[in-house]
Amino acid sequence: MKIALLGNPNTGKSSVFNMLTGLRQQVGNFPGVTVDKKFGVFTLNNEEHTLVDFPGTYSIYPRSKDEQVVYDVLKNEEHPDFPDLAIVVADESNLERNLFLFTQVYDLQVPVILVLNMADLAKKNGKSIDLTALATAFPVAKIVETTARVGLGKDRLIQEIQSISKEKHTDRFYTSAKICSLDDSKGQEIEATERYTLINDVLKRVQTTSTAKTEASSNKLDRILVHPIFGYLIFGAILMIIFQFIFAFAAYPMDFIDGIFADFSAWLSQELPTGLFSDLISQGIVPGIGGVLVFIPQIALLFFFIALLEESGYLARVVFIMDRIMRPLGLNGKSVVPLLSSVACAIPGVMATRTISDWKERMITILVAPLMSCSARIPVYTLLIALVIPKQTVFGFLNLQGLVLFGLYSLGLVAALLIAALLKLLIKTREKGFLLLELPSYKSPRWGNVGITVWEKVRVFVWDAGKVILAISIILWALATFGPGDRMEKAALKAENHAKELKLSNEDSERFVASAKLENSYIGIMGKGLEPVIKPLGYDWKIGISLITSFAAREVFVGSLATIYAVQEDGGENKRLIDRMRSEKRFDGTPVYTLASGASLMVFYVFAMQCMATLAVVKRETKSWKWPLIQMAFMGTLAYLGAFITYIILS
Amino acid sequence: MSKALSIIKPGQLVTVASIQDSALKPKLMEMGLIAGKEIRVLFRAPFGDPIAIDVHGYVLSLRLDEAGLIQVNESIGSEVFA
Repeated sequence: MKIALLGNPNTGKSSVFNMLTGLRQQVGNFPGVTVDKKFGVFTLNNEEHTLVDFPGTYSIYPRSKDEQVVYDVLKNEEHPDFPDLAIVVADESNLERNLFLFTQVYDLQVPVILVLNMADLAKKNGKSIDLTALATAFPVAKIVETTARVGLGKDRLIQEIQSISKEKHTDRFYTSAKICSLDDSKGQEIEATERYTLINDVLKRVQTTSTAKTEASSNKLDRILVHPIFGYLIFGAILMIIFQFIFAFAAYPMDFIDGIFADFSAWLSQELPTGLFSDLISQGIVPGIGGVLVFIPQIALLFFFIALLEESGYLARVVFIMDRIMRPLGLNGKSVVPLLSSVACAIPGVMATRTISDWKERMITILVAPLMSCSARIPVYTLLIALVIPKQTVFGFLNLQGLVLFGLYSLGLVAALLIAALLKLLIKTREKGFLLLELPSYKSPRWGNVGITVWEKVRVFVWDAGKVILAISIILWALATFGPGDRMEKAALKAENHAKELKLSNEDSERFVASAKLENSYIGIMGKGLEPVIKPLGYDWKIGISLITSFAAREVFVGSLATIYAVQEDGGENKRLIDRMRSEKRFDGTPVYTLASGASLMVFYVFAMQCMATLAVVKRETKSWKWPLIQMAFMGTLAYLGAFITYIILS
Repeated sequence: MSKALSIIKPGQLVTVASIQDSALKPKLMEMGLIAGKEIRVLFRAPFGDPIAIDVHGYVLSLRLDEAGLIQVNESIGSEVFA
């Protein structure tokens, strides 16, 4: 049976979904639209049921593109996702508004179960429902009371699912109901008025409110959390904690994963018989998989915190206090968390934009998020700063190197905000951005839901983005491993002989050969081909090669330069690499790495979309290659122009 | 005499009179803001925008632009208590 799960946002719909399907959840697409279809399969009495979790909506008439799928599916009985049964989850503590969507679904005459969730909260608020009286108002619907966050009411719900008749019913709650067309706003307005009148009539008979509560308890917390001063201080403090975890503590598991894959790849290349296939496994596929898995700690941690904030109801308050500040930039209060997360890593940042319901504001957030300097840029920045920025103190107390690093971060932030403001003018949309956001009451988070969110995000990243990352890793490996004809072999042989003449040690001669091979591989040739283009920025072909290889991930820049200059990477301060780079000369004897070319490179890395993983995630989130390509193009242009201007000014 | 919801002070109890014709009108109505509905302005965000209102049992936040579309009457006997 196809079951549709519907309901207002913040009604505990996902708790009901998790209660019925557990971890057996899948993500697919609704045909023809770019909305994720979350569904789960469960079996009752040998009958298989597919439960589709529709986006939370207040009405079947959509207010955003993502919500339109509810309308598209429900109004069209031929639609492949048209349900045999609808389960509408309603918050019992706020029945009036929740019954609005329910009565709409009821009037579609699809078999329907009304789940009155949060029964505990309603009782706490002094509201009680006469279930028998409610049932008389909706004679063909089944009504189940649950407290899904603690799993209460599951058995009854399952019973009702099994016993429900699959025939369409003929009853109507609002007798003149018809589905209005989307542009018939007059019809929708009349429907809203009349439906609410009818609902209020029912509620008068059904609901008793014992205490005349005028102020929700959440209100007292809000006095502090949306306070002009404390509100921002608290939000700042929460961000600091999240940051600390993502930035600092995620480093341990990440290093661990990195280490395991490096060891495994080294072990493989020793153990496997020499040959191309072994190379592909040990140098292409295994590091490629490692390059995907290494992001898991950051993604998991970030979504752990976001889910926690969302579950507790706090995230809506963040939106509330940040909305006014972000709006002139074409962003949304909800853009704050994704943008700040991007300082750790743009991947979880882009994935976190899911909460932004306005399409345009979400696109802008996704497009500018990778401009925030992420942690993968740090190795590049530190190498270049150590190379060209003198260790000295300015204004008596500021460390110049630190100041430059701060400047690079600021440059990224300012660029992100300016580009956002620009995109606001460029991206056209018929939908006018609006807020209309419910501030849900504060609740203690449901750990099960938090866990499932984290699991889902990690899984989506590994499967969807992982495929692209792995594919590009293999392509980059192939480009670095192969060269035209026997060019690489010849170069390797020559380098070997040369190394013998110079009486180099074994290790040094290996590095010497590796460098010669890379220079003559396809990537090397591409790097050389790139030279005329990047010459105005102050770069030579060796830097060109590193720019290409670091497309896999920015930090690869450092390792790639080490290979080219045939020096050992010593991990920490890269002293040998820096010394070698300092002595690097052009044909005319001037040094390659000067203040001008070094700063130009730094600016390039601030702006350039040198990260295939982010591209893959943007493709995943926007469901097309159009946006990641646009993003790569504008960031590339910005990087080139920025680097060019920097080079001209400083040389 | 009706006033725009955007100029109502926090704490005040008002009744929805009408909503200006706009793309947002059906959305606002679906959220429960129909004529005759009693609502209370709860608080404002730090820069005065958006505002939060109590719509009979739940808290809705809207931007001033959006609140400006809603005309309200001050409820009889309601006093500013905040």
